[in-house]
Amino acid sequence: MSRLYKSIVIFFIAMIISLLGMVLVFAPVYAKQATPMAEDPVLEEQVKAVSDELRCLVCQNQTIADSSAPLAVDLKTQVREMLSAGKTKVEILDYMVERYGDFVRYRPPVKPTTMLLWFGPMLFLVIGGSFLFLSLKRRSKRIASASASTLSEDESKQDR
Amino acid sequence: MARYIKFILPLIIFGVMVAFLWRGLSLNPREVPSPLINKAAPSFKLSQLHDFQVSFTPEEMQGKVWLLNVWASWCVACRAEHPLLMDVARRKEVPLYGLNYKDAPKDAKQWLQQHGNPYKLSVVDYDGRVGIDYGVYGVPETFVIDKQGIIRHKVIGPVTRKSLSEDVMPLVRELEKG
Repeated sequence: MSRLYKSIVIFFIAMIISLLGMVLVFAPVYAKQATPMAEDPVLEEQVKAVSDELRCLVCQNQTIADSSAPLAVDLKTQVREMLSAGKTKVEILDYMVERYGDFVRYRPPVKPTTMLLWFGPMLFLVIGGSFLFLSLKRRSKRIASASASTLSEDESKQDR
Repeated sequence: MARYIKFILPLIIFGVMVAFLWRGLSLNPREVPSPLINKAAPSFKLSQLHDFQVSFTPEEMQGKVWLLNVWASWCVACRAEHPLLMDVARRKEVPLYGLNYKDAPKDAKQWLQQHGNPYKLSVVDYDGRVGIDYGVYGVPETFVIDKQGIIRHKVIGPVTRKSLSEDVMPLVRELEKG
């Protein structure tokens, strides 16, 4: 039994380490893509933070911070103006959602229609994990009982 | 029985996944449902393309069902829908207005001269501000606006013969009655 737990723990540790490795390898690539407009670095930092939350609807798998599509540039200008007018991040996101819908948010809001999207993967992990756990447990039990009994008995058991 | 379930269950799960993915193939990710449907058309006041001194606002259209078409001379897909818009203009069933989006007025006028002008008038949204208010992200787009100034329908991308005859025009006729 303890061996089973150990192998499961090792599996998860290996997964976490490889994910961390991927983040470390790819992070610098992303860091370079921001092109600040200089002048007020504090404001630009805020513009970047807000536009990282907004999807470019022309190039749907990019944020407007990463995109140089004309619409993305316009929306960044809009964000910059709203920030200098003292609007908060929440207000700006609401403004965009009012016009473009929830899809404009790169991180969809948690609400009844998006529950599956947010928690589905977790659900599948739990289901898959319990399947794995149960079948491994059953298997180790079978191996234990097989080594305890004679070979011929074991064969007749498997036939059933 | 339990023995069969082991084989049938994965098959069923596989079938469900295939059904979802198959459906996904025929969906268009560009068609994002607009939150503006059934909301008041955002107000604006813009210069007319052919008469810069005169402005136009949507409020002038109160009491009428009308179409607002977002277009630009640089927009390739606009050329595809253009003959259909000319047809709409010829039939005079519904007034068609243009929002000239992020375009040089000179180019826009030349484009209309070359291909024909289906619009009652076009307004100039030079910096795309009104476009943002209307949630425009893929030119051309066409809005159906009712007598109370509420947006009832939006076509993203070029209108087609099919979308005109099956969605837009029946809706216009229905709104005219109301």
